[in-house]
Amino acid sequence: MKPAIEINQLGKKYLIHKPERYLSLRDTITGSFKNVFGRRSDNKKDFWALHDINVKIDQGERIGIIGKNGAGKSTLLKILSRVTWPTSGNAIIRGRLSSLLEVGTGFHPELTGRENIYLNGSILGLKKREIDRKFDAIVDFSGVENFLDTALKNYSTGMQLRLAFAVAAHLEPEILLIDEVLAVGDMEFQKKCLGKMEEVSKQHGRTIVFVSHSMAALKQLCTKGLLLENGRLIYQGSIQTTVDKYSGLFQTHSDGINNAQFDLTKHADKANNNGLLSAAMYVNGQLNETFIPGSEMKILLTYRINDALIDPEIGIVIKDENNMAYLGWNNKHIGQKLYLKTREIGQATIIIPALNIFSPGKYYVDLFFGDPHQFYECLYNSFEFTIIQDDVYKSGILLNPALNKIYIDNVTIKT
Amino acid sequence: MKETEIKIAPAGSVVFNIAEIWDNRELLYFFIWRDIKVKYKQTYLGILWAVLQPVLLMIIFYLVFFKSLNVSVGVYYPIYVFAGLILWGLYSTAISHSSESMLSSSQIIRKIYFPRLLIPLASLLTALIDFFIAFILLLILFIVFRQPVSWHAVFCFPLAIVLIFVSSFGLGSLLSALNVKYRDFRYLLPFVMQLLFFSSQVVYSIHSLRQDWLKLLLFCNPLNGALELFYYPLQNGHLNITGVIISTGVSCLLLAVGLLYFKRTEAYFADLI
Repeated sequence: MKPAIEINQLGKKYLIHKPERYLSLRDTITGSFKNVFGRRSDNKKDFWALHDINVKIDQGERIGIIGKNGAGKSTLLKILSRVTWPTSGNAIIRGRLSSLLEVGTGFHPELTGRENIYLNGSILGLKKREIDRKFDAIVDFSGVENFLDTALKNYSTGMQLRLAFAVAAHLEPEILLIDEVLAVGDMEFQKKCLGKMEEVSKQHGRTIVFVSHSMAALKQLCTKGLLLENGRLIYQGSIQTTVDKYSGLFQTHSDGINNAQFDLTKHADKANNNGLLSAAMYVNGQLNETFIPGSEMKILLTYRINDALIDPEIGIVIKDENNMAYLGWNNKHIGQKLYLKTREIGQATIIIPALNIFSPGKYYVDLFFGDPHQFYECLYNSFEFTIIQDDVYKSGILLNPALNKIYIDNVTIKT
Repeated sequence: MKETEIKIAPAGSVVFNIAEIWDNRELLYFFIWRDIKVKYKQTYLGILWAVLQPVLLMIIFYLVFFKSLNVSVGVYYPIYVFAGLILWGLYSTAISHSSESMLSSSQIIRKIYFPRLLIPLASLLTALIDFFIAFILLLILFIVFRQPVSWHAVFCFPLAIVLIFVSSFGLGSLLSALNVKYRDFRYLLPFVMQLLFFSSQVVYSIHSLRQDWLKLLLFCNPLNGALELFYYPLQNGHLNITGVIISTGVSCLLLAVGLLYFKRTEAYFADLI
């Protein structure tokens, strides 16, 4: 049997426009004048988001794509979903394909839950009679049956997500592409969705291509893994070894760049130079990714905003390897109104004076930036850091990690 | 299930995949259905809005041009203006909505594949539904004002609508694709619409103009050809065949240019939008 997906020497080049993305006619005209007079407009540069990718995916295989932010994972998925075109090479897809680059694509706030199920289902490629047939199951799965005839704008965010996932979970294509979508929503429901997809794919031998930062989810769902770095495929093999290789990437600093710092302008979606440009994590004032409990954590963000944000938001989530969140808030939770500069490079620093997590192990930081009504960036797992065991009370007797998840400074027992 | 094989390759030659659009007709239907639903949700008058605007404009034009300025058009003036206004309404809504359509659907375009042409097409068909509601009112006006309609209407009316459809689809898809790349066209559009309105024989009749060259020039606006066809069964006058041919030619040209440009730039929509 021929492979379900065949990718041959696939490449994708973006032309990065330095100052602005929206071209205006004037720019093109002045640009071409410059060209006429022999001066190359130097505010453009080529950027290969993907380079020479060769992969064969057999029918029934479940592939996890792993890589750091900006490695090209999403670009690859976008090309396979035909949202964007490759610059070189080709890919052959055999079978009916559905892609979930986002859940709830096309949801309209003015329409009711019932209407949105049909609209979203149709956008995802379901036929009307398929939706008719699965309607009850979708409603049942989502748990919003009492609000079916309420406009979506009156739903809570959680309910909207459940409805969106419910539609997505009932797609039954031969090939399913899933982007980071499962990173949002509550854990319980995510597990339910993942379980449903796994069940469908195992029973009917469906092919799945899955991008995620959650190693646990990848290991649960996938059989094989692809590891991307800087637009190149650097490893393919079983999911376990791919995950191990990926973890290995964080230990080697061969490129001289610290993992506590990254430059987002290299990211494909950043072609417009709008939003977050870079982020760096400091431990007690040093660029670092190893913490002893109680260290000061500072995250320095650089941004550039082209259009003023009305209601700017900066948020952070810290979670452990199993996606268990330890803290998560934004400026509104801590009662701060933000004023961000526009049209010039600005900086913002998130300061946690003492990170009092005690449990030794690996942790991940999600960063959120933007305006919920305009554009919003979610950088999942932007940093990985380790908390090492420490004698926090300087007593010479270590705390038992099984009993201490956090630690509080200056505790005493009075007699 | 039949084996489908899709080859994804760099954007090359322009291929029109009519079969693909046909396969996605249900999605097209859902887009139109969504637009109609959303348009009239939380409005008190609902679908009546489709006729309210032309009716009010008709009254104004009737008072100003007919009662005060004595403009003569060969048909009972309110009927003439109302017919003109609903065709204009179809034409202008189709063009302005479809040219904005790609930008307003950017969320979906960035996240999922479907034939992109469905988007301007849906805007166009949505405008057509509003038109048919207003058209029913026009038929009622025919009866109320005892307007004689010759049998030519059987092919003149549909032809007029086809002409509007072809030209606004062409212009709409061209502008929608240009809008993705150059936002300038957003600002140009209101001006273009004004230009088109005043060059259309809605409040006046091209037959009453003196200069022949001006008549022919005005027929470069495809709406004038459509209006010429539409008014013909309502009057005893003659049909300006040359004018209709010019309008048809321009419409076909617009369609060809619009679709070609749309298809050529389609590959970059998701990266630019």
